[in-house]
Amino acid sequence: MGRRFKLLYAGAVVLVATLAATAAAALVLSAIGARPLATFAVIFTGPLHDLFGVTEILVRAVPLILVALGIAISFRSGILNIGAEGQIMIGILSGTAVALALAGLPRLLLLPLCLLAGAVGGALWGGIAGVLRARLAVNEILSTVMLNYIAAQLYTFLLRGPMIDPNELMTGSGTPQSMRLPRAAWLDRLVPGTRLHSGLLLALALAFLVWFLLWRTTLGFRMRAAGAGSKAARYAGIEVERSLVMAMLFAGGFAGLAGAVEVTGVHHRAIEAISGGYGFAGIVVALFGGLHPAGIVPAAVFFGLLLVGADMTQRSAGVPANMILVLQGVVILAIVSAKMYLANPYAQDRAARLLRRAGLLRAEGDVPSGAGP
Amino acid sequence: MSGHMLYDILSLGVPFSVALLLAALGEMFNQRAGVFNLGCDGIMSLGAFLGFLPPYLLRGSAHASLANLGGFAVAAAAGALMGLLFALVTVSFRAPQGIAGIGLQMLGWGMAGTIFRHFIGGVTGVEGVSAWPIPLLSRIPYLGGILFNHNPVVYLALCAVPASWFLLMKTPWGLRVRAVGTHPRAADTMGTSVIRVRYQALALGGAMAGLGGAYLSLCQAKMFADDLVAGRGFIAVALVYFGRWSPFGILGGALLFSLAQALQLSIQVGGIKFPYEFAVMLPYLMVILVLALARRSRMLGPAALGRPYDREMRV
Repeated sequence: MGRRFKLLYAGAVVLVATLAATAAAALVLSAIGARPLATFAVIFTGPLHDLFGVTEILVRAVPLILVALGIAISFRSGILNIGAEGQIMIGILSGTAVALALAGLPRLLLLPLCLLAGAVGGALWGGIAGVLRARLAVNEILSTVMLNYIAAQLYTFLLRGPMIDPNELMTGSGTPQSMRLPRAAWLDRLVPGTRLHSGLLLALALAFLVWFLLWRTTLGFRMRAAGAGSKAARYAGIEVERSLVMAMLFAGGFAGLAGAVEVTGVHHRAIEAISGGYGFAGIVVALFGGLHPAGIVPAAVFFGLLLVGADMTQRSAGVPANMILVLQGVVILAIVSAKMYLANPYAQDRAARLLRRAGLLRAEGDVPSGAGP
Repeated sequence: MSGHMLYDILSLGVPFSVALLLAALGEMFNQRAGVFNLGCDGIMSLGAFLGFLPPYLLRGSAHASLANLGGFAVAAAAGALMGLLFALVTVSFRAPQGIAGIGLQMLGWGMAGTIFRHFIGGVTGVEGVSAWPIPLLSRIPYLGGILFNHNPVVYLALCAVPASWFLLMKTPWGLRVRAVGTHPRAADTMGTSVIRVRYQALALGGAMAGLGGAYLSLCQAKMFADDLVAGRGFIAVALVYFGRWSPFGILGGALLFSLAQALQLSIQVGGIKFPYEFAVMLPYLMVILVLALARRSRMLGPAALGRPYDREMRV
């Protein structure tokens, strides 16, 4: 097949997928009587009007980058981690607990310890699903989803009980939230007057490290090999089970770190509904970014825009913020479908044949090559 | 435990099992045809909302039972449509089923939440479907209260178990479903359209998940909230593994879960101090336990489960 045809084919697939996703979202918007075009305009341009909006996009992008990096590692290693939401919550709990318990420590020690605690907490929580899959063949999608529900209950239990701010009990308001973290455990603000914090730099540095890990180290190669084909990897002497557990430790660790960064950077205490669906949006970001750090960073900024924009439509256009779930759902369905068409040589041949029959493609230079025996 | 408490648990547990049972039977048809539909949970959310909508809109009117019936019909139709959408993505486009299922789950859950928040917003109850005690049978001591004193959907769902078995094991269509889920190429060679049968199975499975969702909002909770389904669709998928892809095994699994839930409720009512959050965790912990224990049964599963079929692909 000619190169021009291949390029055209790829472009057409992406275009059709984008149009289909947009049409599906527009359908849901019209069902609630909102004007789709106006709503999309608010979502895509609303946050860009002022500096605060732009920094808010980046504030949302930080946890999205971290979560998506972990998910990319797990997906590349052949284990689908849907449990980032729960791992974030465990990361918030462990990070907060360490910051409050060691409140007297100097900043240089306390902040790294707090972030580390978040990552370790998330890693252990994710590791449960990894061990269950490796040792007992438990489907990791189901186990991570269940662990999400369990983590959510644990989170409310701790914030309402053992970890609640004593002040809340004294004043009797009883808001389920932890005590405020000591200032030594706060991340720096990058732009005064906004919530943008130095977690962004951490996320970008980690994006580079994940690329290095996956494509420049033996461990990364082993994990990717196990993910690409476990039989071949096993034959080559790679311990697939171990690689699965490693992948889940990394995935959970990144999600847990995202939770700790969110606490130390934005809220400065564990509150209810802190995660706000970053765990699920992170899956979409990872897929949208092609499971590669270089794609994940821009994808996270794009979805940060969507999240801020969706909040704005709630206020200005009366479109509930749940709409973001609809968008994420259709984007996932569109991406996985388009990916199959891009990777499938038979589908390309079929398209070429169809075009040739219609006389739109010249017979020369487009001999089926991808699907030869 | 007193006999009275046991009776309470059993008579409460049977109706609790219905939502799981309907969704899991539907998922069984999907998986027997070779497609693993994790979107079940999202379909249940959508079914729960759309089933709730007609009785909510017609509340106070004289046609309450008709509105309930309409609710179930709308939920089943929407579920079937969602199943067909999933078929388009995973059967025609051959996308990987695990992640596509998560996409469908978000879509269904998001649509239900968006439309609910926009039109209704707060938690509002509906009258729902009331109990229809079966004459004579419901007066049998103990057994009558456990089995024959429920809303009509419970009876229908219990009848759906042998009916599903019959459909799957004793009809030509059931044979085709099992064939495309076990060896699609052989089925294709014999003239069965793998694509068509998988579409049909996914539509049926989606409709049943929609009905399961509508049961939750109309018969069990008698109201709708964003998180009403709370992962029951995922539990239903796990039940299919646990029940080894057989309707009666699935019935056993659904009863196990619903009895555990009833037990937990009666412990709470009984005043035994136990943090509420841990009680809510229980079914999710049970799913993990059940999946870990049922690992041997994976070998009994449909051979082509999770594999897209492409006629032109050389094996």
